[in-house]
Amino acid sequence: MIRVENLTKYYGKRLAVDNISFNVESGEVVGFLGPNAAGKTTTMRILTGFLAPTRGEVWVAGYDMSKHSLEARQRIGYFPEAMPLYSDMTVRSYLNFSSRLRGLDKNRIKTRIEEVVDICHLEEYIDVLIGKLSKGFRQRVGVAQAIIHEPEVLILDEPTIGIDPIQVAMTRQLIRELGKERTILLSTHILSEVSVTCERVIIINEGRIVAEDRIENLSALISGSRRIRLEVKGPAEKVAERLRQIEGVLQVSYEDSHYIVECSAGQDPRGKIMETIVQGGWTLLSLESIEMSLEDIFLKLTTEEETSQ
Amino acid sequence: MRNTTTIALREFKSYLASPMAYVVTGIFLMLTGFFFQSSPSTYSETSIKGFLGWGSILLLLIASVLTMRLLAEERKMGTLELLLTAPVRYSEVIVGKFLGSLGILAVMLALTFYYPILLGVIPGIGFGDPDIGPIVTGYLGLFLLGCTSLAVGLFASSLTSNQIVAAVVAGGILCALWFLDMAADLLPEALGEVISYLSLYYHFPDFMRGVIDTRGIIYYLSITVLFLFLAIRSLESSRWS
Repeated sequence: MIRVENLTKYYGKRLAVDNISFNVESGEVVGFLGPNAAGKTTTMRILTGFLAPTRGEVWVAGYDMSKHSLEARQRIGYFPEAMPLYSDMTVRSYLNFSSRLRGLDKNRIKTRIEEVVDICHLEEYIDVLIGKLSKGFRQRVGVAQAIIHEPEVLILDEPTIGIDPIQVAMTRQLIRELGKERTILLSTHILSEVSVTCERVIIINEGRIVAEDRIENLSALISGSRRIRLEVKGPAEKVAERLRQIEGVLQVSYEDSHYIVECSAGQDPRGKIMETIVQGGWTLLSLESIEMSLEDIFLKLTTEEETSQ
Repeated sequence: MRNTTTIALREFKSYLASPMAYVVTGIFLMLTGFFFQSSPSTYSETSIKGFLGWGSILLLLIASVLTMRLLAEERKMGTLELLLTAPVRYSEVIVGKFLGSLGILAVMLALTFYYPILLGVIPGIGFGDPDIGPIVTGYLGLFLLGCTSLAVGLFASSLTSNQIVAAVVAGGILCALWFLDMAADLLPEALGEVISYLSLYYHFPDFMRGVIDTRGIIYYLSITVLFLFLAIRSLESSRWS
């Protein structure tokens, strides 16, 4: 559905996207994961035809973006990063405008607006000026305009950034539902978002793809090195020494009055840790497992790459 | 065509939703009203020359202000991204926005119809018995000049994301084109003639006198098309930034 080959984009002399290639099959929901300024937005802008690539080719829904951009754009629903909207229009008139512009059949417009308003829970705000809406509702209008023409491909650039947790959950739920029948490419810099919504993930950093894998494999990678943070009342050196002796513990470090315990893959020594501390006569104040952050994954991926080379 | 109409209508409504169009129309009516009532030609010839003469220069400034937001604002707010990723041609965007602003200009000109009515174009109303011909051609000239000015303004707006810069650039291009006629006097005759033909002002007095010169019509329309074309090109080039 989306095919990208050897895509490179320079802004003047600055390299933003460095020779990336990937495919998104029909019906797939793919996460496009990377830190800020990794080249996610640039890639998406090229996929939607807003920017032209410096080199490389892009096909969307079977159309070459450089030759049949109009046909391709007709089949794309796009949610841009900052969700820019005309603040002087009401939700209804804006959706009317975008459905016309995106070539929705004239007789369908009215019913389709009602449908998307229902899907995005905008009923109460349909005649409110967009400029008066809060960020979360503007976000919903953004999703509504992206799906109004029932596109085959959805390109969503950070759709959950800057909105409250309830709305984030709602948006993710919506994405999962949309993903049942559509092809979705979703960019984000939040790791957990990908694991909730996507089947496959493409990780990009500094304009290059660092990893591309199914989400299960990524989760294995994350859980492969579980880390636990402990707060214990007791003599630091002695506690650390005893912790190291526990089966499945690889390493123990002590920083900011917390112990960071790294465990080997597939092991969960939390019970044993607790026992050990109680047996030592110390007090366990807190125990939590730490999720691997995006930075940790990058570190891991890039270092692995280096060692394999 | 459908896309062009959609964009033109949105643009027109957006003008009506912001104070800008009302302020500009108000100032235009106030100043042209003053030009009209203070010009001796209004009374001695019962003509609208007073309104047309100064109104034409005022129109250049009005057009610069009216068009400055058309693309600059979309670029600044980022809404351009959604507009240009919709399945529309760049030419449809430009022509649509042009027609939207032309709609406002047409309304503005229509509101000045009470000047000729005061002069007595409708028998029984007004104080005189004016010659209808120059009034009709005068409005035609003003409309054509308006088209050209809006196209120049739209082009200027396509260059930047700063509305003030867009207005100043448009005003600069328009004034330069208007006063090109004066510079022509300083040049050798053959060259001077070519230069003055290119001037926005050169073709206008004919329309004021009641003469329809096809050269004038063709001139205004071709400058309009030229700047619309440049605006399309400028919009396209932003893809390659």
